Amino acid sequence: MINKDEKNLIPLTKLKRGTKARVVEMPEGKQLYFKLSSLGLRPGVSLVKLSAFALRGPVTVKCGSTTIALGHGMAEKVYVEPFGVNKI
Amino acid sequence: MDKIILIGNPNVGKSVIFARLTGIQVVTSNYAGTTVEYRKGYMVSGGEKLEVIDLPGTYSLEPTSKAEEVTCSFLKDTFQEEKKCFVVNIIDATNLERNLHLTLDLISRGYPVVVVLNMCDDLVHRGIAIDAKKMEELLGVPVISACAVTGLGIKLLKDRFKDASAGQVVLRSHDELWQAVGAIVTQVQSLTHRHHTLREMLEDLSIRPFSGMLIGLGVVYATFKAVRFIGEGLITYLFDPIFNNLYTPVLQKLSGFLVPGTFVHHVLIGELFEGRIDFKSSVGLLTTAPYVEFSMVLPYIISFYLVLGFLEDTGYLPRFAILLDGLMHKIGLHGFAIIPILLGFGCNVPGILATRALESKRERFISSTLISIAVPCAALQAMVIKLLGPSGFKSLLVVFVALFSSWVVIGYILNKILKGYSPELVLEIPSYRWPPVNILFSKLWFRVKEFILDAFPFVILGVLFVNLLQYMQVFRVVSDTFEPLMKTVLGLPKEAIFPIVMGFLRKDIAAGLLIPLDMTVKQLIIASVVLSMSFPCIATFIIFLKELGVKYLLAATAIMLFATMVVGGALNIIL
Repeated sequence: MINKDEKNLIPLTKLKRGTKARVVEMPEGKQLYFKLSSLGLRPGVSLVKLSAFALRGPVTVKCGSTTIALGHGMAEKVYVEPFGVNKI
Repeated sequence: MDKIILIGNPNVGKSVIFARLTGIQVVTSNYAGTTVEYRKGYMVSGGEKLEVIDLPGTYSLEPTSKAEEVTCSFLKDTFQEEKKCFVVNIIDATNLERNLHLTLDLISRGYPVVVVLNMCDDLVHRGIAIDAKKMEELLGVPVISACAVTGLGIKLLKDRFKDASAGQVVLRSHDELWQAVGAIVTQVQSLTHRHHTLREMLEDLSIRPFSGMLIGLGVVYATFKAVRFIGEGLITYLFDPIFNNLYTPVLQKLSGFLVPGTFVHHVLIGELFEGRIDFKSSVGLLTTAPYVEFSMVLPYIISFYLVLGFLEDTGYLPRFAILLDGLMHKIGLHGFAIIPILLGFGCNVPGILATRALESKRERFISSTLISIAVPCAALQAMVIKLLGPSGFKSLLVVFVALFSSWVVIGYILNKILKGYSPELVLEIPSYRWPPVNILFSKLWFRVKEFILDAFPFVILGVLFVNLLQYMQVFRVVSDTFEPLMKTVLGLPKEAIFPIVMGFLRKDIAAGLLIPLDMTVKQLIIASVVLSMSFPCIATFIIFLKELGVKYLLAATAIMLFATMVVGGALNIIL
């Protein structure tokens, strides 16, 4: 387990819109891991957060050339390390 | 017979290629999960007949939904039977990295693969260049550049699929596959930077909360307006003139020839009113049956599916789904479930089938139950508009508010009492595409044809049934029996029991039979709601049974009967 405070890790829900980040930790569950990683979301890849919806709505990210929407509960379990702002 | 199996990620155009190879028209659109079951067709290549199979899209060979399971188990079973098969792996060229994961997995498992690089026409504007020759070398399988929508590359595919040969099985882990994909992508793909296009700006705006909601409201409003406008236009300028000016004179002659009062006249033409045929009330096989189906319902079916087809092909629907995700969780579903529900507004049957793209049985049960109770199909809506249109927009609104409230309340209660939780949304958002006109219209034609073929036998049967009952004059006995229920609880005339029971055969014809009963506005509202909510038509019933099994069907039926009585009774008291 990586210590979340030490390495400046935050959940995807807390990442600011338009910020680039590297994925560090993914939600547990083999099937879910397969699903997300086959969409291109897996540890090590970088992504840009596009938007987030109120009332525990989904978070959208761009990851490679794929745009993905993740439910709020799932986005809370994806930990990322921010590394800069990308203007959109 | 040799087989060709089409496989690929969702929304890469497998079904368009299937249609190109076999000439069989299937419904396609621009979002993941349009194909939820496998389809067979045939093609001839070099004088040899081959079976072509279109499978639901899958991101990996480890299934995560019922639709993906269909693909994975089908692939395994077919190759165990040792028939000669070729796997045609279709990939979206604009999204190479993600698509190649499945490709490499297929190759590693030893399947004989041909790769089709689809959507090559879209590469230039995106500043992507792909070296297909190099890719062929690296993968060790044939790679064909194609654009299925225009037909480019299809001939080459027909010539080359036989070059695929089964390779050695090399077991690779998920992460090893990703490493291999990365290595290939860096060698074959080069990107050039370019400015944001208008399309990309719209794509961004429609997935942001505020602008997304405005766009969403605009789309919903425009959809309703367009469906109404096209539907009414078709009725006024096409179907009504055909019936009134061409068909009626022929029927009047036939009526005179058959002699009013005889049995044959009664069955074919029905009753005359002041010596004239009344399409709405005569209830004959040649009068009311074709009129209700073709002049009242068909125009709306055409306009609904035209507008829906357009929305499907642009790629807007997944964006609408994420907009509603937060709210849908309150009724135990996630945002994607709105797509089967929207399809249900056309016809409940494809709506319930489309719930296969949802992950759990719980979600499938909730969404299918909600579709069959509270989502009126286009045919029924067309009739409700006919019934209540003359009494004004307000009474129509009451019907839709009543249905929408029951939708929310039933969903909320089911979510509370059923075990389990609603899974989280994971959805790929496709790029916008301008719908290709040829595909738009062939899809419309396919759906309209299905509607006519499926609906007409039941319409004839239903009209014949009521016609014979009228002839034998057994109406009174039956309607007297149900009088207490109809009158006291629902406040409807006792004769309304027939149309409501008829609703089990077909909702539209049932609503048509309500017209001659001469009811008050209040009664019309209640009858429309009761008709919408009570037993879905027989086709929906059968598909529900097939998809979810008898236990779930009985549960849904119990909820349905209870909810109908509660809502019908409540409206009787309130209004």
